[in-house]
Amino acid sequence: MKLRELADVIRSKNAGPYELTFDIMFKTQEIYEKVAASGSISAASFAALYNIHEEDVMEIIHFHPAKAIKVTIVRPVSSGDLRETDVYGAQQHAPLMDFEVNI
Amino acid sequence: MREFKILSPTAILGYGFPMTSWEEGMKRKPDVIAVDAGSTDPGPYYLGAGISFTDREAVKRDLAIMIPAAIKEGIPVIIGSAGGSGAAPHLQWNREIIEEIAAEQNLSFSFAIIPSDIPKDVISEALKKGDITPLKPAPQLKQEDINDASHIVAQLGPEPIIKALIQGAQVILTGRAYDPVVFAALAIHKGYDIGLATHLGKILECAAIAATPGSGSDCMFGYIGQDYFRVEPLSPQRKCTTQSVAAHTLYEKTNPYILPGPGGILDLHKTVFTQETDSCVRVSGSRFIPSETYTIKLEGVKKVGCRTVSFAATADPVMIEQIDEITLAVKARVKDNFSNLQDYFLDFKIYGRQNKTGVMGIFESKRDSSMQKTVRHDNSSPASDTSAELAIIIDAVAPTQELANTICSFARSTLLHYGYPGRISTAGNLAFPFSPSDIKMGNVYEFCIYHIMTIDDPCAHFPVEIVNLKGGVL
Repeated sequence: MKLRELADVIRSKNAGPYELTFDIMFKTQEIYEKVAASGSISAASFAALYNIHEEDVMEIIHFHPAKAIKVTIVRPVSSGDLRETDVYGAQQHAPLMDFEVNI
Repeated sequence: MREFKILSPTAILGYGFPMTSWEEGMKRKPDVIAVDAGSTDPGPYYLGAGISFTDREAVKRDLAIMIPAAIKEGIPVIIGSAGGSGAAPHLQWNREIIEEIAAEQNLSFSFAIIPSDIPKDVISEALKKGDITPLKPAPQLKQEDINDASHIVAQLGPEPIIKALIQGAQVILTGRAYDPVVFAALAIHKGYDIGLATHLGKILECAAIAATPGSGSDCMFGYIGQDYFRVEPLSPQRKCTTQSVAAHTLYEKTNPYILPGPGGILDLHKTVFTQETDSCVRVSGSRFIPSETYTIKLEGVKKVGCRTVSFAATADPVMIEQIDEITLAVKARVKDNFSNLQDYFLDFKIYGRQNKTGVMGIFESKRDSSMQKTVRHDNSSPASDTSAELAIIIDAVAPTQELANTICSFARSTLLHYGYPGRISTAGNLAFPFSPSDIKMGNVYEFCIYHIMTIDDPCAHFPVEIVNLKGGVL
C-alpha cells in the first residue's frame, strides 16, 4: 500500500541547518506496528527513494507515543546554500507519499 | 507543591493571538508569561543581515498586550531570541519596541536585556583549546569561518534568565536562547524539576501548534506539579491530545528521545503521555541529565555575495522539450561573454516539470556520477517533458550587487531571444509577470558556524543589563 493511505501525517522539516527530518504518523496503532515490524522504512529503502548514500541516513526512530516513524538525513546542502530550493525543508516529503509498503 | 503556571501566547512573537484565548489564559493566573521569538528556519539571511523575519508592527501588537497585563499582575514577561536571530541588532530592534510601548502606555518596570553575541576572539581561543565541536553533520570549524562570520550568537540556558529574575527584572529580553528556557527558567528557579520544566517549555515554545487543530497564532497554557506537567489550549476550538502533544515532540528534532540543550540532555525514553480531560494532556517521566561539561550552541553565518533574480515562464511545447539544453547553452553564452568574470553563480530554478526537480532540486545538486540508481524523480530526459507550462527563476549571485545585476540581466536577455533548434515562436521565449523583470535581493549569507562550545560559567558570555523604566523613560 502507498504510505499516504496508511498515515495521517507525512511531513518534512529542517532539524537545524544541516539536517532534514521526516515524520510519518500512522492512522492506527495496528498500522504503525505492522509498518514498523515490516522493516519497509529502512536506511537502504530511504536512500534509494531519495537517491542519497545510505550513510547519509542518520537515524530511523520508531516513536511509539505518536505512532510515528521518524527518519533524519544529512541535508544535501545546508539551509540557504546557493543551490537551495526549500529553505525550511517543508516540501521534501513528496516522494514518501507514494512509497509502497508491504504489510 | 502547588502547580506552577505558564502562559505561552503565541508560537513566535509577532505571530499574534486571539484576545479571547489570551483572556482565558490570564484568568488562570499564570506565574509567568513567556514567548519565543526565534528560529533558524527562515535561513541564514536574517542573522547575517541583522534583520528580523517578523514584522515590527506585529511584534509591537503582541508585546503591547503582554507587557502591561504582566505588570498589572506583578508577574514577569520573558522574551527569548529577540528579533528572530538574537544578535545585537535584533536585540536593539526589539528593545526599542519595548521602550516605545513603555513610553506610550506610561509604564514603569525593571527591564533586563541579555545579549548573546560571542566575540570572535573568545571563539578563536576556544577553537585553539579544542573546546569547539561540530554539531554533526556540520563540518569542523575553521578559523576563517570565525573571521568571515557576520554575526555569531550562542543559545543561552536558563541561568542568565534566573540571574535577571533574582535581580527583580519584570520584563526580560534575551538574545539567542534555547527555545524552552524562557518558559522553564522561573519554574526551575522556584525548585520545580528541570526535566519537566524543559519538556513543557519545548511544547509551549510553539504554543498552539501542539494542539489539534494546530495554530501558530493561538495561546497554550502549561502547569507543572511535583512529578508531572499538564498542557492545554485556551481556545474551545482546539484540544491537546496525547497524539498531538507527542507528535510535537518529533517536530524539527533529530531524535525525539534525546534532546540536547545547554548544560545537558532532556531524556524522554520514560515519558508517558496521558489524556487527562478532553483537551488537557498530562505528561510525566521526562528527565534532565546534566552533562559533565556545560556546552552552548553557536550559530554563525557569513556573506557569500549579492543576489539578483528574474521571474519568467514559458508555455511553448518546443522550448519545454529542450529546456535543459537551452539553459546550458545560455550559461555557456554568459560565461563566454563575460570571460573576465569567474566568481559568480548562475542557476535556473525550473518549476513545473514532470520529474519534479524544482522543489526537490537540493537532491539533484547532491547527485554524483557514482550513483547509478534510478528513482522516480530522476527521470531527467528532457524530450519526455510534456508539461504545459514551466516557471523559470533566473538566479545570479556575484561579489557585488552590480555584478549580480549584470549576470542576471544578460542571462535573462539571452534566454529571451535564444534561437533553439525547431523554434517557431521567434518574438521572445519568456513570459514575464512583472516589470521590472529583475529583482535586486541584496546580500546573500550561508551558515558557517553550527557548533557546540564548552564553557565554565553558564552566565559568563551573557551579561545581564538592567534598566529601570519610569513612565517609559530611564
